[in-house]
Amino acid sequence: MLRKVAIIGTGSIGIDLMYKTIKSKKLDLSFFVGRRVDSPGIQEANKNGITTSSQGVDFLEKHINDFDIVFDATSADAHVENDKIFKKYNKLIIDLTPAKIGELCVPVININSLKQSRNINLITCGGQASLPLAYAIKKSCEEIEYIEVISSISSDSAGIATRKNLDEYITTTEFALKKFTNSKSAKAILNINPAMPQVCMQTTLYAHCKKINNDALEKNISAIINMVKQYVPGYQLALEPIVQSDKITLAVQVYGSGDYLPKHAGNLDIINSAAISIAESRSTNIV
Amino acid sequence: MQNHAIKISDCSLRDGNHAIKHQLTIDQISAYCEKADQAGLDIIEVGHGYGIGASSSAFGIAKVDDKTMLSIAREKCKNAQLGIHFVPGVGKHSELDMAIDMGVDVFRIASHCTESNITYKSINYLKEQHKNVFGVLIMSHMADATRLLEEASGMKAAGADGIILMDSAGYSTPDMVGEKVSTLVNGLGITIGYHAHNNLGLAVANSIEAAKSGATVIDATIKGFGAGSGNTQLEAVVAVFERFGYKMNVKFKDLINLSLYAENNITSRTPDIKAINIMTGMHGLFTGYGTYIQKISSDFDIDIFELCERLAARKLVASQEDIIIEEATKLSKKQLT
Repeated sequence: MLRKVAIIGTGSIGIDLMYKTIKSKKLDLSFFVGRRVDSPGIQEANKNGITTSSQGVDFLEKHINDFDIVFDATSADAHVENDKIFKKYNKLIIDLTPAKIGELCVPVININSLKQSRNINLITCGGQASLPLAYAIKKSCEEIEYIEVISSISSDSAGIATRKNLDEYITTTEFALKKFTNSKSAKAILNINPAMPQVCMQTTLYAHCKKINNDALEKNISAIINMVKQYVPGYQLALEPIVQSDKITLAVQVYGSGDYLPKHAGNLDIINSAAISIAESRSTNIV
Repeated sequence: MQNHAIKISDCSLRDGNHAIKHQLTIDQISAYCEKADQAGLDIIEVGHGYGIGASSSAFGIAKVDDKTMLSIAREKCKNAQLGIHFVPGVGKHSELDMAIDMGVDVFRIASHCTESNITYKSINYLKEQHKNVFGVLIMSHMADATRLLEEASGMKAAGADGIILMDSAGYSTPDMVGEKVSTLVNGLGITIGYHAHNNLGLAVANSIEAAKSGATVIDATIKGFGAGSGNTQLEAVVAVFERFGYKMNVKFKDLINLSLYAENNITSRTPDIKAINIMTGMHGLFTGYGTYIQKISSDFDIDIFELCERLAARKLVASQEDIIIEEATKLSKKQLT
């Protein structure tokens, strides 16, 4: 049975998510809502025959029984307010902002342990790109002492909310890095690159580790990349791991499916595909 | 215009830090701040080359942490204002909070020249705490005057007290500087400053042109200390401004000892204009990449000029050292892009 989904937030992430939801065989898009009457996203949704509203979360509250899952693609501040409503009705919300109120999720790491969670947070696009690799590194050494992630995304794929939320982006990514790797120290950097033709998303990791097992590293990196490729086919190594004494450096590039923005905007796909895969996995066993 | 006042912002201890991979020591920071303060510099900027919070594997670990640098500098800057450079997405607001606690006077919030909206939240954050804030547009050769005005207007609307245009690649010529600075001066009605680099041997000339066009803050470093061909040389630009009758707090004669101190204690080499610097200048690549490109070319045993061309084709902006490694790796495997 198809699960009904509402999307709140009509920026780049919301629009791309709309197309992915429409494509999904397990999900049915009921509503696409935001706050701006003139939002290009609302117009895009209307073109696709989706019910829209510029009344945002108020509209969704009025129709609370007409959807099972809500994707929040607004902003960190807005999510805090939105979740107050959904919590009242015990509604499953998948949060694509860096608000991190709920349980942090990286599908390839912990999707199965969050089956009962009501608010699932997807950290950031840089988090989704880097955490699988960070996790693989953790499994390949005794301890990660420091981990650093620098992501570069094209200017046209960084919407207004991302630009206003840069500080939350950084702090949430760092929080997640420490959580999933047990590293004492983490640093995240986001570069917005205006180059034309656009750059695709690229994420470089630097890790300082104790007792690196080179064979395990190669195996674990390869395995996790294949797992991510199941939902983001365009996820690939751009720089094979370089190991220099206790330091590991590697990089991935992320190409998207081109559902809304062209394929270089892999940052949208990595977080949106994660959201879709979580929603699909919860489609059959929602309380 | 010739008699207007000019503030000199000495970024030897911040932008200059790029030249020595951010390895300025406690003693160097302490002594330089003391001497620069005594010489009458209006603003002394301190920190990692990429600003507060930038010490990292990606950009190089600084020898001295931000808090310690600011603490020492604050103690020594008795008349001069203490300034910092901050790039949203590199540094965090918690690091700005630290800078506020340390008593920083001037906060310069920077972005690539077409991406100013990443600075608005940080500018606003600082203005709510009544701080003196400048919006900074990096790599300003990559946008025309109209676009720069648009971006700067956004920063002004967010609360910026002034705007600094940076010629990070040392690409500009005086005609370009004149047009861009006067557009901002006329269009905004707030303080405008200029930060030149010397890749094409034009830093001092560009700074003079900026002042003639209405800029009232000029960035410079002692002996031009900085990455690649260095920055506008403080001693020279002050000497020329004196000749033209601009009012300044600093006097050239007070810079003589500062220059000698720096020569003997800070600058391991006087910046010169090597072919690599002209290459980066001509191609509009961030000037700070020069040494790194040389090191990587040598480490990977590849042709340096071909690497520069590949990087220029990828239109790198500042702080993308990771892409340099990637292109170098490709070149060493002789892959075609």
